[in-house]
Amino acid sequence: MNAATASITNVEAVRATLHDAMAADDRVLIIGEDVGARGNVFLITKGFLEEFGAQRVIDAPLAEASIVGVAVGMAMQGLRPIAEIQFADFIYPAFNQIVGEAAKTRYRSNGDYTCPLVIRTPYGGGVRGALSHSVSIEALFYHVPGLTILAPSTPRDIKGLLTAAIESDDPVLFLEHKKTYRSVRGEVPDGHFTIPIGKADIKKPGTQVTVVSYGYNVHQALDAAQRLEDENVSVEVIDLRSIRPMDKTAILTSVRKTRKLLIVHEDNKFGGIGAEIAAMVAEEALFDLDAPIRRLCGPDVPAMGYALPLEEAFMISTERMQNAMRDLARF
Amino acid sequence: MAKTVTARAATLDRGGLSDEQLVAMFRNMLLQRQLDNRGFQLNRQGKIPFALGSEGHEGLQAGTAMAFARGSDILVPYYRDLGLVLGVGIAPLELLTNMFARAADLSGGRQFPNHYTGRARGIASVSSIIAAHCTHAAGIAYALKYRNETGRAVLCTTGEGSTSQGEWHEAVNFSAIHRLPVVFLVENNGYAISTPQSMQMAVDDVADKAPGYGIPGMICDGTDPVATYRTMKIAMDRARSGGGPTLVEAKCYRFLSHSTDDDDRTYRDRELIAEQRKDDPVPKFERVLIDAGILDDAAIAALRADVLRETNEATDAAEALPLPQADAMYENVYEGPYEPWLE
Repeated sequence: MNAATASITNVEAVRATLHDAMAADDRVLIIGEDVGARGNVFLITKGFLEEFGAQRVIDAPLAEASIVGVAVGMAMQGLRPIAEIQFADFIYPAFNQIVGEAAKTRYRSNGDYTCPLVIRTPYGGGVRGALSHSVSIEALFYHVPGLTILAPSTPRDIKGLLTAAIESDDPVLFLEHKKTYRSVRGEVPDGHFTIPIGKADIKKPGTQVTVVSYGYNVHQALDAAQRLEDENVSVEVIDLRSIRPMDKTAILTSVRKTRKLLIVHEDNKFGGIGAEIAAMVAEEALFDLDAPIRRLCGPDVPAMGYALPLEEAFMISTERMQNAMRDLARF
Repeated sequence: MAKTVTARAATLDRGGLSDEQLVAMFRNMLLQRQLDNRGFQLNRQGKIPFALGSEGHEGLQAGTAMAFARGSDILVPYYRDLGLVLGVGIAPLELLTNMFARAADLSGGRQFPNHYTGRARGIASVSSIIAAHCTHAAGIAYALKYRNETGRAVLCTTGEGSTSQGEWHEAVNFSAIHRLPVVFLVENNGYAISTPQSMQMAVDDVADKAPGYGIPGMICDGTDPVATYRTMKIAMDRARSGGGPTLVEAKCYRFLSHSTDDDDRTYRDRELIAEQRKDDPVPKFERVLIDAGILDDAAIAALRADVLRETNEATDAAEALPLPQADAMYENVYEGPYEPWLE
C-alpha cells in the first residue's frame, strides 16, 4: 500500500501527476496553449517551463488541430506527449486528429505504429462559463473504437488514472471537470501509483438503488445519497471513472443487488453515455430489475447559457438527484 | 539489370549523380508507370476494387527518392507517391499485396491502395484525410530535434490542393516556429480530383506561400528527375543541418484520372492532356539518357522488359496470397484485446 499524503484538490492532483510524469520520463512532454510562462490558465503547469525547459513545455500556436496533430506525430516517433486543449469546448478543430488519426493509427498500420498520446482537457459547467466554456464532450468521442476516455472525479483517481493514461500505448482523452478542480479535496497515495483503466469504483455502498455517474455529478450523488440515509433510503453510488472502456461487471453486480438503476450525467440525455449503459443493462439484466431504468441528464439544448438561471437550470441540482433516488427507491 | 555505359556527353546536367544513379532513377520511373498502369488494368479486369494513379509524377518522385537517405530520413507521404515509396524501399510485391488487399499487406488488408506504412523503413502510416499527415510530419520532426538526432530529416509530401487545408498551414507554421528538420514537398499536378489550381488559390506558385511562414520556398520542374533531385538535395540538406524547413513546389501534370472511380473527361479536354504529354517525364528522361550516351535503345528495351517481368511476377505472387481472415478485424484496435465493455 502507498502511504497517503496530505489532502489536495483535483487541480493540484493533475499538476502533481503531470510533474511526476515529467520528472520520471523525458519522453513525456506537454504541448498546449499558454502552458509555458503562464503555466496554463488554471496554473496546472506553473513552474514547469523553468524546471523542464521550453523543449518539453511547448506553448503551442493557437491552433487545436495541430496541438493534437503534432502530438500524434511525436507519439508515432516514440515520445509520450500530453496535448492540452485549454477548454473542452475548443476541441472541435482537433476532431479529425482525435477520431480520424489518433484512434486509427494502430489499426490502420496493423500495429506497425502506435499512438501513446494523452489529450487532457477541462470540461463541464456550473462555473459561469457560458456557451463555450461549459461543454461536456464525452458523448461525441465515446462512440469511437481506438480511443480511451477517462473522467475521474477525485484526486486519488486523477493521479492513478492520469499516470495510467500517460503509460498507456494508446490514445487517451482525459476529462477534468472544472467545477471539481478546487471544490473537491482528497488524499492521494505517495509515489508511483496507477489505477487500471476501465475499472469503476463504488464510492458509496448501498442496497436499494444503484446510481451510475462520473465527474462532478458523483459528488452531488454522494451528498444526495448521504441525506437519504436519514430517510432510511440506501443508495449505492458507482463512479465510472472510465467511460471507454466501461466496467460492465461493476454495473451489473450492483444492479442485480439493488434491482434499480439511476444514471446521472451533466451531458444531455439524447445519445449520451446513459443510453449505452441503459441498453447494456436492458440486454443483460432486464429481468433483474424492479423498476424502469431512469436517466437524469442535462437538457437537450445546444449549450449552457451565461445567465445564472440558464446555467442553474442546465446543471442537475443535488435536490433533483435526491428526489430521483427517493422516487426510484419507492417504486 | 540493364548494362550501363559511361557517359560522354559534356552537356548533361547530372546533378552530381553517377551513371548508375541516373539509370536507377529511370528504372524507378519505368517501374512506377508500369505498376501504376497495372493498378488500373487490374481494376478494369475486376480483380481489385480501386486504384490511384501517379502517372506524370515519375520524374519528381524518382529525383526526390534519390535525395532521401534510407535508414535515416523519414517519409510522411500522401497517396500519390507510388514512385517515391518504391524509391525509398517498398518492393513492387508489397504494393501489389496492398492493391489486392491480401493478409500479408503491411496494413493487413485494411488500407486503400497507395496508403502506405513501414516503420522499419521510415515510412509513416497515412490516412486519406487531406493534409492530416502534415502535422504528424511536424511532430516527427520535433521528436528528431528533441533527441538531437541531427543529420536526419522528415519529408512530407502533398498535392497542391492540400495547401488549402488549415492543417497544412498549421504544420508549416509550427515547423517554421521551431525550425524543424522537415521539407514540405508539394507535388503540383494542377488538379485536386477535378478542381483546378486556380480554384484552390489565387497565386500561380505554391512556393509563394513560403515567405509568409519565414521559410525558403523553391520551385523545380517536376517532370525532370535531376532538377528535382538538385532542389530536394538542397532542401533536405538544409533540414538535416539545422537550417529548418523548406517548402518545395515540384510542378508536374496528372495524366490519369484521380482514381479508377473518377472520369476526367467530365472536367478536362483531351487536347489539354495531349499538349501536356509533350512534357511526359518518362520519354523525356529516356531521351536525356540516350543523348548523353548513358543508355542505348537496346539497354532501354532490356530495362522495360525487366520492369514488366518484375511487375508480372509480383502481380502473380500477390494475387496468389490469401485474403485476411474476418476475425483479424479485431486485432490492433488497442494494445490488448478489444472490448468496450470490461468484465
